[in-house]
Amino acid sequence: MKVRTGSPAMQKRPPLAVVGSQVSQDEELFGRVFDKWVMRRFAAHLAPYRLRIAASVAAVLLFTLTQLAIPLIVRQVIDGALADGAGDTEVLNLFVGIFVAVVTVNYLANHFMETIVGRTAQNLLFDLRRAMYAHLQVVSLSFMDRTEVGRLMSRLQGDVYALQEFLESSIFAIGDLVLLIGIVVVLLSLDPTLGALTLSVVPLLFLVRIVWLPRARKAFMAAREASSAVNGALAEGVQGVRAIQELRREDVNFTLFAEKASQNLRAHLRASKFTNMMIPIVDTLNGSAMAVVIVVGGSMVLGEALDIGVMVAFLFYVQRFFDPIRSLTMQYSIMQRAMAAGQRIFEVMDVEIDVKDKPGAEDPAEIDGSIEFRNVAFGYEPGNPVLRDISFRVEPGETLALVGPTGSGKTSITALAHRFYDIWEGQVLVGGRDVRDMTQASLGRHISLVLQEPFLFSGTIAENIRYAKIEATHEDVVAAAKAVGAHDFIMRLPDGYETELEQRGSNLSLGQRQLISFARALVADSRILILDEATANVDSYTELEIQRALARLLEGRTAVVIAHRLATIRGADRILVLQQGRIVERGNHDELMRAGGLYARLYRMNYASFDDMPEAEVAPSKAEASLPT
Amino acid sequence: MTSSSETASRLDTDVETSYRIDVSKMDSRVLWRITRMAFRHRARMTIAIAATVCAASFQLLIPQYLGQAVDEARGLLTRAAGGMADATAAQEALLATALLLLGAAVARGLFTMLQNYQGEAVGQLIGYQLRLDLYRKLQQLSLAWHDRVHTGDLMTRGIIDIEGVRLWVDTGILRMVLLTILIGGGAVVLLRNDLVLGLVALSFVPVVGIRASFARLKLRDTWIALQDQMSLLTKVMEENLGGIRVVRAFAAQDHELRRYDRVADEALRTASRRVRLFVLSTTQMTFVYFLAMGATLWIGGAKVVAGDITLGQLAEALAFMLILQMPVRQIGWMINSIARASTCGGRLFNVIDLQPSIADAPGAKPLRVTQGRVRFSNVDFRYPAQARDDRTLTGIDFEVGPGKMLGIVGPPGSGKTTIAHLLGRYYDVTAGSITIDGQDIREVTVDSLRSAVSIVQQEPFLFTASLDHNIAYGNPWAERRTIERSAGIAQLHNYIRSLPEDYRTLVGERGVSLSGGQRQRLSIARAILPESRILVFDDSTAAVDAATESQIRAALGEIARDRAVIVIAHRLTSLMQADEILFLERGRVVERGSHADLMAAGGRYRELYELQTRSSDVEVSA
Repeated sequence: MKVRTGSPAMQKRPPLAVVGSQVSQDEELFGRVFDKWVMRRFAAHLAPYRLRIAASVAAVLLFTLTQLAIPLIVRQVIDGALADGAGDTEVLNLFVGIFVAVVTVNYLANHFMETIVGRTAQNLLFDLRRAMYAHLQVVSLSFMDRTEVGRLMSRLQGDVYALQEFLESSIFAIGDLVLLIGIVVVLLSLDPTLGALTLSVVPLLFLVRIVWLPRARKAFMAAREASSAVNGALAEGVQGVRAIQELRREDVNFTLFAEKASQNLRAHLRASKFTNMMIPIVDTLNGSAMAVVIVVGGSMVLGEALDIGVMVAFLFYVQRFFDPIRSLTMQYSIMQRAMAAGQRIFEVMDVEIDVKDKPGAEDPAEIDGSIEFRNVAFGYEPGNPVLRDISFRVEPGETLALVGPTGSGKTSITALAHRFYDIWEGQVLVGGRDVRDMTQASLGRHISLVLQEPFLFSGTIAENIRYAKIEATHEDVVAAAKAVGAHDFIMRLPDGYETELEQRGSNLSLGQRQLISFARALVADSRILILDEATANVDSYTELEIQRALARLLEGRTAVVIAHRLATIRGADRILVLQQGRIVERGNHDELMRAGGLYARLYRMNYASFDDMPEAEVAPSKAEASLPT
Repeated sequence: MTSSSETASRLDTDVETSYRIDVSKMDSRVLWRITRMAFRHRARMTIAIAATVCAASFQLLIPQYLGQAVDEARGLLTRAAGGMADATAAQEALLATALLLLGAAVARGLFTMLQNYQGEAVGQLIGYQLRLDLYRKLQQLSLAWHDRVHTGDLMTRGIIDIEGVRLWVDTGILRMVLLTILIGGGAVVLLRNDLVLGLVALSFVPVVGIRASFARLKLRDTWIALQDQMSLLTKVMEENLGGIRVVRAFAAQDHELRRYDRVADEALRTASRRVRLFVLSTTQMTFVYFLAMGATLWIGGAKVVAGDITLGQLAEALAFMLILQMPVRQIGWMINSIARASTCGGRLFNVIDLQPSIADAPGAKPLRVTQGRVRFSNVDFRYPAQARDDRTLTGIDFEVGPGKMLGIVGPPGSGKTTIAHLLGRYYDVTAGSITIDGQDIREVTVDSLRSAVSIVQQEPFLFTASLDHNIAYGNPWAERRTIERSAGIAQLHNYIRSLPEDYRTLVGERGVSLSGGQRQRLSIARAILPESRILVFDDSTAAVDAATESQIRAALGEIARDRAVIVIAHRLTSLMQADEILFLERGRVVERGSHADLMAAGGRYRELYELQTRSSDVEVSA
């Protein structure tokens, strides 16, 4: 690999540069070996598969028993038909017949068990993932606000995979355990002395693994952390590629990335050392056990204290019994991982749904379109209110503009009308009904939302426009697009309405996406519209188009607009000026200008937007706002 | 990379075709290529293979010692019955065999450890190399390519696919050597002992081999299908969670769940099919093995009865079969590994082999900036995905020199931003040329060109790191003073000082969130820090309020004295004072001149001017 050489200075590691997140992401990797709570939760999800699980446990037992039987049959063949030169072909045929029958059962049991286990594991994983996903569709938005999508995705994917490993291996672990016990029982009953001697190596192996495990685990965790660091850096390299190319950070970043990659390499090599150092230990113990059988068993055969067939059977068993021990100790780590993963999965499923439909909540077909807040107090965390004593009323068909600096509570007000959150005090009424007495679905139907940054889904443009109303016809879609002035540019796209959006519409401009989200709201045809007006990032032409579309959208609807544009603010029937969660001024434009308060001051400074105002402009009134009322 | 020569190099502009994998063809070539990468680590591979050979050989010794022990014990028994026992000698013989066996077991363990460790080391080294290659390539590939490829898809390649390839050394190459020796060596020993018995004992090998090859193809197909479906599922979930507000607002949860179920059900079906295929092939292989064991027991037993072979020989044959049981199962795993490695490798090489469409021309020299004079001569441009007769830019012609400012304005989609992209050579012009101080930008190195041209982005990407790191992104050697000066010009310094951790405050995904205007100011600070001679503002003050913007403009005035500045904006106040203003419409310059000229001309520019001034005019109510 030839590294492109940049300027000589590039060879050095710059002091400020880093790649990837500098915040450690590690979540607890290992839980307790057996977490009762997780297992109980797990059991609930296993319930539908009870029969299958019972059947597969039976199959595992059958499989293990047949495995155990094979050396015994061999022993019978040797002692019954072959030993002492007393050749007995009939006995031989009989036992070979039994052998074939046993391996056939073994095959069927094996096939049955692996198929059932594999499928059930898959089913269960998909069940769990879906349950988590479905729950995320209803949990309160405050949880979603607090939680990064990436973090949730890692639970939906990574943790679910950790469980898959556990599920698929756990049934075999049962088999291994039975096999181990079976071997012990068989060995001891074949010959107690030789059996005990041979088995004496087993505790040694357990001992070794107990010493080894904590150290090895540390190495494994370090390897996993290094992986997540290197993958984080890769993700940043992909997402920030534009900035990276523009600022020519390719070489520096490559150097830094290579550093992370080699740390990752070293961590994995260290982990690999730990994995592999167990091999010679196990083999040595295994060899010792066989040596014991040969020396002691051989002497016993010599003294006629032991059948030669038993010695052969011993040798067969000894070769087999280290496998279950190995996989059982491996199972220990898998279980710990699974418990941690399970805990995270069930944690998500347990996130409380604090916004729930009341029993008998109403679902009115028509509402009048009024919105009223009565002495509303609300916050996202207890003790930290973001809205205090908010009261206002919007009559059907009116437009209310919310104005105020960032963090003054405008978005919270709009979210409350939708009942994304439940308020602390007071009442929110939509169409004269308390929002808590209506179903959320009906609120969704009567209130449309247009976000500042339009969020489109992958799929075609038509699909996006009819997102809120899947049954809308193509004519409805086209009519809506025409109404908001999106039709023309849509028709210019290669496949018109059937054009697939790339990465959520990155093939469209922001203004175009905005218009599509307007069309989407228009198709939804709700009485009430909540609109977070796009800030500056559209040009004057688009703005004109958007204003026109907006006028069309607002026609006959009640609207609550988080307004940034002076034109919109002036056009509103009513303006609420918010600061630090309180309404500081209210009225229409003329009234507010006459009042000569914060609004008038800001307005006279001719800011294009009320959001990015220098702190100094807002500051003077901070003192007033924080006074207790 | 030497190996990329055998796959025809594809330009990254041709995204559509390069994206899918040709399932039937790539297979062996991909595996061969990974194998060659492995053998580049010659010492480690030699050790690994030698260790594999040794481990297998010692393993083959174990059954022979076992057989020997059985015969010794039995021989002693017979002799003891004949009354001529020499108990001590017999004990000694047994002890010797036991020690040999123990030695073989220990040696096997040590060599297996060495084999595994070195195998994994080579695998990790390959993973390391591929990770670097992929990263480097992703950084080089043109934005046109990045625009069209899903981030999640690239991450899959970087995480899952590298893993799949890495495992090939361990579970593929070395295991194949191991199995060959075990089965081959075992066969020789067994056949030499007794031809008929040997044949019977080995009868399972060809059956298993053939079964394995069939399963391989089918498994591979389902693996690919499953990967595709899972990444689709990821996309559906990511989108839903990212757009949860929209989902909630339109009460579209049911619709979303249906969408999820459609994809998930299909993935589950594929996953189940995969389980079925996998299980069928592995269990059948085991069954055939056991049947062969039964036959060995039967025929071998008859031979012992007839006195053709000793009991020890039969025990040895059975012990051989026992140690071959694991390898037989592993054939199944190996098939899986082959399928995985070739699929994953195919997907990775697909990206790694791409040729960036924007790369240094052969013999390209660094750009020599004497004045910093930018010239567009009759530039036409069409995006790779556009139809042949469609143009984003047509006949763009302008010049801007040091200390001068060019303004570009026009409706959305008129091609303004494309001009910035062309100047930084993120795309190549379709016709015409762009020169800086007389040098065609396609003939100079990309690195030197981009050093000379700073573009202030509309939407800056915030790296999850401190503010100073974000500002100094283009020059991580920058001193604190320089960083503060840039932030000062961008009117961001005071704000940053008001933050608890000052310039060390973390921004990005988990840091403090900045408003749109603050982000744009950060973008400005970031772009002016490297002191490039040519500055392009791509609508980069749109979210900044007018007062702050004019402060920025005043502060920029000083550093802009010897630089060429291009301002792309839709707010006319941002570019009114430009020396020349271009009015773009559908990719063509329809009007040009100074503000005064254009106002006098009374065309589109004036119309826009009036539109904008009216909207902030108090008298005209909406």
